[in-house]
Amino acid sequence: MTPFSALSLLRQGLSGQRGWKPQWRSPEPKSAYDAIIVGGGGHGLGTAYYLAREHRLTNIAVLEKGWIGGGNTGRNTTVIRSNYLFAESAALYDHALKMWEGLSQALNYNTMFSQRGVLMLAHSVHDAQVAQRHVHANRAAGVDNEWLTPREAQAFCPPLKIDDIRYPVLGAALQRRGGTARHDAVAWGYARGADALGVDIIENCEVTGIRLDPQGAVVSVDTTRGPIRTQRLGVVAAGHTSVIMKMAGVALPLESYPLQALVSEPVKPVFPCVAMSNTIHAYISQSDKGELVIGAGTDAYTSYTQRGALQIPSHALEAICELFPIFRRLRMLRNWGGIVDLSPDRSPIIGKTPVPGLYVNCGWGTGGFKATPGSAHLFAWTMAHDEPHPINAPFTLERFRDGTLIDESAAAAVAH
Amino acid sequence: MLLIECPYCGERPEPEFAYGGQAHIARPPHPAAASIEEWTSYLYYRDNTRGVHAERWRHTRGCGRFFNALRDTTTDRFLATYRAGERPPPSPGGRS
Repeated sequence: MTPFSALSLLRQGLSGQRGWKPQWRSPEPKSAYDAIIVGGGGHGLGTAYYLAREHRLTNIAVLEKGWIGGGNTGRNTTVIRSNYLFAESAALYDHALKMWEGLSQALNYNTMFSQRGVLMLAHSVHDAQVAQRHVHANRAAGVDNEWLTPREAQAFCPPLKIDDIRYPVLGAALQRRGGTARHDAVAWGYARGADALGVDIIENCEVTGIRLDPQGAVVSVDTTRGPIRTQRLGVVAAGHTSVIMKMAGVALPLESYPLQALVSEPVKPVFPCVAMSNTIHAYISQSDKGELVIGAGTDAYTSYTQRGALQIPSHALEAICELFPIFRRLRMLRNWGGIVDLSPDRSPIIGKTPVPGLYVNCGWGTGGFKATPGSAHLFAWTMAHDEPHPINAPFTLERFRDGTLIDESAAAAVAH
Repeated sequence: MLLIECPYCGERPEPEFAYGGQAHIARPPHPAAASIEEWTSYLYYRDNTRGVHAERWRHTRGCGRFFNALRDTTTDRFLATYRAGERPPPSPGGRS
């Protein structure tokens, strides 16, 4: 791998950009690997990267049924924050946020991480109380979060209209360390880094079966490109995780729903932060290309179609137009859906399963992108040590049996 | 937007309805005797079917009644709707 530097950019610029090489290989699958990751999104590629870099496992494959980063990694709205209510969640997401802060340097790949601040609006007395509870809980857990008056919120985000609207803004919680990153770059950076460490990234390779030995441990996977042996299998397949895990006879408490997003035509830089509203349900930021990136809610029903109903993004746009009247005449360019795996408490499941050698990282629901580096790092640790890292130890599959839920569903920033 | 056939009112647009999740989930018949695994399964585990899915809907902004439907979750196409208490009709070609 040739490292990127100012010098390499200059040299390529002078030679017409014709000297760039592919950033990762397209190898044929081998007959066996020490570890296989199912799912070539950011979480899966990152897991392979950390397994290779920190745990000295190099004979690793990532199997992706489509192309890498073509699932939810390329479909989310790129918001990064760690202001979750419960201490377990704050520790998990802040682990990720701290890794984001050094990720571009670590990968030698510009993830365009921008800590522009995440502003969460309150529109009712109840909203304000909940947001202030979050602020205090976060500060007690060592995570930055602060309360702004309506005027301060408007000063931080000038396009925001705070009064003379149906739900006036009564204040806002601001996490200044939050922000956005370039989602594709995260997948590409991890793919390039993992490939350089010897990981085989195998695209267009769908897993069709998981085989167990008579003792019930993983021995191989069947794929559309032939069977591959492994005794260590990590499944990070987002909305399709329950389909894959069923192949090993493991049921999961997940339901897959479409989640929609949309972007506007590009405009000059006008929106300085990420703004979210739980009550009237919308969130918005502006990409470096100038498009406004807008998140809508989940559709009402379970589905695997990667599309949803029009009334869902329409509802989000009504909220955006109310809060940010300057955007009322903007046209929308694209609208799409991704399939998200929601767990009952809206917290992820990262850990071992009842099948020896089979590990799962799922249940990220509507908010997995922000956790990508932390999730990958902890899942690699879990697969390498055959036990969870202390940070992901509370996020077991068994918590539903034991009643130790981490109930962010009631505490979420945006209604799931 | 889905067009959903309420067994009582006929075809109506999706915003008239509320989704009720997987159908035909029976509460443990003897709650005090049910094991912790049975309770966990009843409370939290769903089939999350990729293919033909039996699910509940309620015609909230119409007749207000619950009914069941078979829908293919890979296409969102409804194969049938039927009244609560009835058995699901056979679904040819369904995969799970």
